[in-house]
Amino acid sequence: MSIFNENSKVMIIGDRDGIPGPAMEECIKTTPAEIVFSATECFV
Amino acid sequence: MDLENQRRVKELAEKYGAENMVVIIGGAEAESAGLAAETVTAGDPTFAGPLAGVPLGLKVYHAVEEEFKESVDADVYEDQIGMMLMVLEVEDIVSEVKAMRDEYTKF
Repeated sequence: MSIFNENSKVMIIGDRDGIPGPAMEECIKTTPAEIVFSATECFV
Repeated sequence: MDLENQRRVKELAEKYGAENMVVIIGGAEAESAGLAAETVTAGDPTFAGPLAGVPLGLKVYHAVEEEFKESVDADVYEDQIGMMLMVLEVEDIVSEVKAMRDEYTKF
């Protein structure tokens, strides 16, 4: 079952050393969900 | 999770309704991923940011989790995230994030 539906508002908290925000954005664009925030944190 | 991102999470949950929010995290380490998951569910465990004492109980998944993988296009997932599955400690990350979700997510 999908974790996203047409009402889903997605917040992306990426990590420069892990999965960056834009990579997750591309994936979520293939779902009915709306991305409302995307950031990539940097732990240095 | 940094304080600015905590503030945005809190604002957006108020604007759109916590039940509609899905937080997707990409932390490289199991510990940092677990802390981020805890912050958006139970509240900021460091008591430093806007989510201190604010248990939003949001749905939260890490991008390496099966639930996320199965919810998006398989080819795009492979292109964008596939490579990192070989680098990250996937099992540890999944275990930390799932534990927080199972305990604190309200939706």
